[in-house]
Amino acid sequence: MAFAAFGHSGGSKSDFKTPRKTSVKVAMALLIPGMLYLGLFFITPLVSLVVTSLEVPDGSGEIGRYDYGFEIANYWAVIETYWPHIARSFFYALTATILGLLISYPLAYFIGVKARRWPILQGLMLTLVIAPFFISFLLRTFAWKQMFANESLIVTTLQSWGVLAPDQYLVGTDFMVIFGLTYNFIPFMTLPLYTSLERLDIRLLEAGSDLYASPAKVFGRVTLPLSMPGIISGTLMTFIPIAGDYVNASSQFLGSSETAMIGNVVEANFLRINDYPSASALSVLLMAAILALVTFYVRRSGTEDLL
Amino acid sequence: MATEFVARGSNLDLVGIRKEFPGFTAIDDLDLHIPAGEFFALLGPSGCGKTTTLRLVAGLEEPTSGQILIGGKDVSHTKPHERPVNTVFQSYALFPHMSVLENVAFGLKQRKIADPLKRASEALDLVQLGHLAGRRPQQLSGGQQQRVALARALVNRPSLLLLDEPLGALDLKLRREMQIELKAIQIEVGLTFLHVTHDQEEAMDMADTVAVMNKGRIEQMGAPEKLYDRPKTVFVSKFLGQSNLFIGKIVETSANSLSIDVAGYKISVPKDRAEKHTGKIAIGVRPEKADLFQTKPADSSSENLIGPGEVKDIRFTGVSNQFLVDVPNIGLVTVFEQNEGNSTVELGDQVWISWKVEHSFGLADLPADTLDEE
Repeated sequence: MAFAAFGHSGGSKSDFKTPRKTSVKVAMALLIPGMLYLGLFFITPLVSLVVTSLEVPDGSGEIGRYDYGFEIANYWAVIETYWPHIARSFFYALTATILGLLISYPLAYFIGVKARRWPILQGLMLTLVIAPFFISFLLRTFAWKQMFANESLIVTTLQSWGVLAPDQYLVGTDFMVIFGLTYNFIPFMTLPLYTSLERLDIRLLEAGSDLYASPAKVFGRVTLPLSMPGIISGTLMTFIPIAGDYVNASSQFLGSSETAMIGNVVEANFLRINDYPSASALSVLLMAAILALVTFYVRRSGTEDLL
Repeated sequence: MATEFVARGSNLDLVGIRKEFPGFTAIDDLDLHIPAGEFFALLGPSGCGKTTTLRLVAGLEEPTSGQILIGGKDVSHTKPHERPVNTVFQSYALFPHMSVLENVAFGLKQRKIADPLKRASEALDLVQLGHLAGRRPQQLSGGQQQRVALARALVNRPSLLLLDEPLGALDLKLRREMQIELKAIQIEVGLTFLHVTHDQEEAMDMADTVAVMNKGRIEQMGAPEKLYDRPKTVFVSKFLGQSNLFIGKIVETSANSLSIDVAGYKISVPKDRAEKHTGKIAIGVRPEKADLFQTKPADSSSENLIGPGEVKDIRFTGVSNQFLVDVPNIGLVTVFEQNEGNSTVELGDQVWISWKVEHSFGLADLPADTLDEE
């Protein structure tokens, strides 16, 4: 290789340039599989989705037959029809994310900071956080449905205590869906929080208390800002998938028709009603809304230099 | 408890402090009094308990028993943020998510003192870093970070400033510069400084009082010149500078001096410079107090004389030449000669070593390896 590089030109200028060009070419060549993958499995479906969302019925009156068109009104129609589902999705996602954060932060803090002195305990607790992944999440969600079923011990006990009315049940309620969403996404919140808290320098906390900050102030002024990268990635990794989730809220699992989220509506429109334009328009809307929210969130949190 | 913005330092008193960690005792019955406005150095090897002492004063550790008084007030069981004390940490511990100015203003803001940013930038000017106020700590050099840490502590005008080997991470030249600067600042602000270090030169250079600590106890305490001139234990004589020690039974006692016999040589020490007057004693002399002679000098009652011995090693350090002389039946003796450009002693030469009796010092204990010979 070296001989070839020297061989075909005498000038030092091209000697310098040749390997550079080659490395650019190599980089491009290495990028091709990734680009192809993205083009094939991300860009193409995305374009197809947008195109479908603008289609119009073909006039034959048969269900599921559509022609290409530019029907922006599809969007207004789905917003009008499904705005409660859209609102509910974001409400569930927000609530489950906040609950997940409140549960995961102390957990991650304990594993990443307090348990540093006992590496075995640390490893064990991390394993326990990940352990649920060893079982399919459909099964786990279904197990929760069994546990909170109408005739279950939990429900009958709550009814006998008067917490629930005799004809009141848990499955199919907002509570149950948020419970399931929170539960299923806690590991995705805990792990990023753990990675950022695990690096937290205890000496900075000591410096904070040395500089007259009470433990609460030290948490607010030092620990919390320093774990911001973990909070941001944890909340994004839970909020985004929760907003599009359709398992927990479906009536086959923890929800009912009263708890349907966008995901359930999209599923119904695509697979049962065969209203492809509406399903596509909802998908595009969901994506755009998440993108806008996330951009706003990351900008606002101002953690660019910590990320 | 609100901590007032003091203009002057306070006394620090440690009374019977004991600190046990699982498996070992870090500090064993420590009593210490540091007067207000003093620059006090706690000197000792790593693991001697000096950093633990500092952390106890800062409130980052709780004593197993004993009392800590700052300005006469018992703070033994108050939380770190309630103590009128600030620390310059060894690692600096600057907040990476704040600018240099915000770091310095942190303590002022916590205590809700007016104009925190103005005071903080004044403190930065004091350490000559005013122009870097907007930077993040990670963007500064080690020496600059150290000065930010100092400003962040000083700006609070603590009754007591604790320095935990703050110069340890700096290179030699910068360290010497910072020593001078630190001492100047201490004189200017008039606060009480408690400085922990394992660098004996640093301690002697800056401190009004040095306490040499070993195995959780203070071995000896005093002005640097006094400590150096009259160490009282083997540990102090070796840790604070270098010493040649000669061990032997006291064979002769006169009105104001006593002598031991070491391999046939008579080595004397003034009585008032000896810690004990009977039995076996270690007599020491500093290497720079001893002189080398290429011909045997005349015996004199005011001089100790040993030799001849062979020069085994000569080290040139610039300001001085350091000779290692092997005296038969005594062992290696170190002698420092000022580099005046007229040394003719060479490796392998036979030389005599002599020093004034009044430069000897008699120690209270014996080196550990000689004890079993008795």
